[in-house]
Amino acid sequence: MRAHRIHALFLRYLYLYKRSLPRLMEILYFSLLDVVVWGFVSLYLARSQKGIPNVVAFFLGALILWDILFRSQLGISVSFLEDVWARNFLNLFVSPLTVAEYLTTLMLSSLVKIFLAAGAMALLAWVLYSFNLFVIGVSLIPFLVNLIVLGWAIGVFTTAVILRFGQQAEILAWGVALLFQPVSAVFYPVTVLPPFLQAAAKYVPASHVFEGMRSVISGGAFPAAELLWASGLNVIYLAVSILFFAVLYRGVKKRGLLARVGE
Amino acid sequence: MTADPAAPVVEVRGLVKDFGKFRAVDDVSFEVRRGEILGLLGPNGAGKTTVIHMLLGLTTPTAGRIRIFGLDLAHDREEILERTNFSSSYVSLPYSLTVRESLRIFAGLYHVRRPKARIAEVLETFEMPDLAKKQIRHLSTGQMSRLNLAKAFINDPELLLLDEPTASLDPDIADKTRSLLSHVAKKRRASILYTSHNMMEMEQISDRLVFLHKGKVIASGKPEDVVSAFQGEDLEDVFLKIAREKKP
Repeated sequence: MRAHRIHALFLRYLYLYKRSLPRLMEILYFSLLDVVVWGFVSLYLARSQKGIPNVVAFFLGALILWDILFRSQLGISVSFLEDVWARNFLNLFVSPLTVAEYLTTLMLSSLVKIFLAAGAMALLAWVLYSFNLFVIGVSLIPFLVNLIVLGWAIGVFTTAVILRFGQQAEILAWGVALLFQPVSAVFYPVTVLPPFLQAAAKYVPASHVFEGMRSVISGGAFPAAELLWASGLNVIYLAVSILFFAVLYRGVKKRGLLARVGE
Repeated sequence: MTADPAAPVVEVRGLVKDFGKFRAVDDVSFEVRRGEILGLLGPNGAGKTTVIHMLLGLTTPTAGRIRIFGLDLAHDREEILERTNFSSSYVSLPYSLTVRESLRIFAGLYHVRRPKARIAEVLETFEMPDLAKKQIRHLSTGQMSRLNLAKAFINDPELLLLDEPTASLDPDIADKTRSLLSHVAKKRRASILYTSHNMMEMEQISDRLVFLHKGKVIASGKPEDVVSAFQGEDLEDVFLKIAREKKP
């Protein structure tokens, strides 16, 4: 891997957001609207005394963390689509850029989007609802890392599918992460799920992250077991998604489809 | 640099590409020598673009061997592509970036030394200094083609693969581009593989031609030799004969 190539491609994504208001809006608009709506829902539930402790922290914390996962995935798949839409993909892959450098740059660019979106959401939640995301403390860091890595794994997987099946599969860029939401126990504990979904949730790293986060907010012990599960699963998922990308990339080159991406 | 200066820059042997049961490229062999402009021509569907895509590592050959700078493309892709570049009128650059930003990115990807000076140089060469700050979305088709060529020259390549590079250029810029390509090939000993449907241009610019039809090489040699082999009046006449299936 060559740093100069990663740097050059990273600049490409920075330039894009520097000049495009609609793209900046795409990062911030839905995230900020979510905070406003879910903030009011949380306030309503808190005032109704529905028996959920720390309801604002539960909902807004979960919302911001879910958005981190979602942005992490979009950061990979939408950045890839930007090159497809611009008919620039061919120019990148006739340069010495390697697939590993390309994926690394997509991951780095997703970090910028996460930083922007999550930062704005956390600030708004603090201003409007006095919710301080960082009240979770240093435990927040491994939670964040796990969500970002899961987002990357989903993003790499989705990108591979779009690469293979073309723009007809484009919708997956926005949809695949949402498939994980019901079994990620974002806004409710895993125990409310039916038994077969509880079994599935065990193998979703995000469910361990959100269960762990709720445990910390409730003042429980640091959820080391949950984090170990999440981290172990994430390592496997990221490795599998990269392997999946490599296999599909090889097939795409064999079928002559790489040169036709975006047609 | 290639170990043996007399060795061909591009060496293609027995290249085959099958897409399912369809054979797009059938046992194609040719060489491009140092400082040579090789015209690759043929009717639509002849296999020209598939050959170029295989030379760029975008498509994996079914069989055959590609050596560039004496290196095996399958194993030394990065080293080969750092010394190569490509331009096609069918490929674009990111619309929301400016001309200068776009060139800066490719200068980085190709690890160009002194990128600012090199960008200024290629902008000057393609008469685009006044467009440096313009967003690509606002360029005309001709300006876009010039930018594609500027991008292709950014790393001062030893091998240039050009797929119909003058297709959208006005006669003045197209003529200047051909002169520049001839200059780059002769003075700087760069090798150029060129495709075009403009037969006059191919005749004028190419040192040698490789004529493809239905995936096979049906003629190769100097333009005048190819014309006389088919007993044609000129290359256009030969092209029409081949496209209409009249063999020599």
